[in-house]
Amino acid sequence: MTNPAALPADWRDFLALTKPRVMSLVVFSGLCGMLAAPVLPPLVLGFTAILCIALGAGACGALNQWYEADLDAKMRRTAKRPLPDGRMDRQSALHFGVGLAFFSVLLMGVATNWLAAALLAVSILFYVLVYTVWLKPRTPQNIVIGGAAGAFPPLIGWIAATGNFAALPLLLFAIVFLWTPPHFWALSLFVRSDYAAAGIPMLPVVAGIQSTRRQIFLYSLPMAVAAVAPWPLGLTGPIYGFSAGVLSFVFLVLAARVAGNRAADPSGMEAEKHLFAYSVFYLFALFTVLVADRFLPW
Amino acid sequence: MVSHEDEIIRKRQRDRARIMALLLGAFVVLMFFITIAKTGMN
Repeated sequence: MTNPAALPADWRDFLALTKPRVMSLVVFSGLCGMLAAPVLPPLVLGFTAILCIALGAGACGALNQWYEADLDAKMRRTAKRPLPDGRMDRQSALHFGVGLAFFSVLLMGVATNWLAAALLAVSILFYVLVYTVWLKPRTPQNIVIGGAAGAFPPLIGWIAATGNFAALPLLLFAIVFLWTPPHFWALSLFVRSDYAAAGIPMLPVVAGIQSTRRQIFLYSLPMAVAAVAPWPLGLTGPIYGFSAGVLSFVFLVLAARVAGNRAADPSGMEAEKHLFAYSVFYLFALFTVLVADRFLPW
Repeated sequence: MVSHEDEIIRKRQRDRARIMALLLGAFVVLMFFITIAKTGMN
């Protein structure tokens, strides 16, 4: 029997290493951060900046899978990934991830500005070293602090366009940062047994299901405040303010349903599944109305 | 005689080489347009 890892890996497995579905949300938030900026870069430079954010996210995915190959093999959700499934050797994944990381940062610096490139480098290092290597296997706060890595893209998009920090992209950073715990904890509740089997100290594994449900609701409150804040602060118009209010209200209602749920078995966790699905829609919708508010004439 | 495993190896190498060629070509085109855009900005 041939050992698949002894063969050169298929290109589709390299693509899978980049976690394309996660990348789509990262690319979208980076693009919206750029489009919300008061000045837009030339089309080709804007495209390159978004490409670099996508490649940086891909590098994070590859390095994360390289480091966590043993853990991924223990979880049903991740056991079919290229490394745990034996379709690729670890060294290829490492070289691919490091290569993508360097390439994305250098191209960002050359095409836009070195502040955006430095932030991209910081976000990759933060995700790989602080979140994946340090926090994730050690503390249930992994998602809380590690969420910062996923919050960088809108900030990078804005800075790629303007070259400067401003209040609005910092608020966008805060929104994604505060959105990450409820989003991931909702998921971790109904795949709790996977995390427990892999020995990852996610909040439901360490603090219990009910405590996690309370934390989801508590984190949703500052997230909703941060989401609406750009409007009263005069950074966006009423379209965004109204939409953010409605979207956040629905988020809070779903989070309250999660907090009130008492089911211990994943089959009874419809509220958690609804919140998880809605949280993805929420971020897409919030960033869409942010851009619409900037470009629509009323 | 070429074994089944050799066939798989060659097919994967060929696919990867094609994709690398496409990506390198796209990179050259991208660098060209980046240079044009940067020159225009200055």
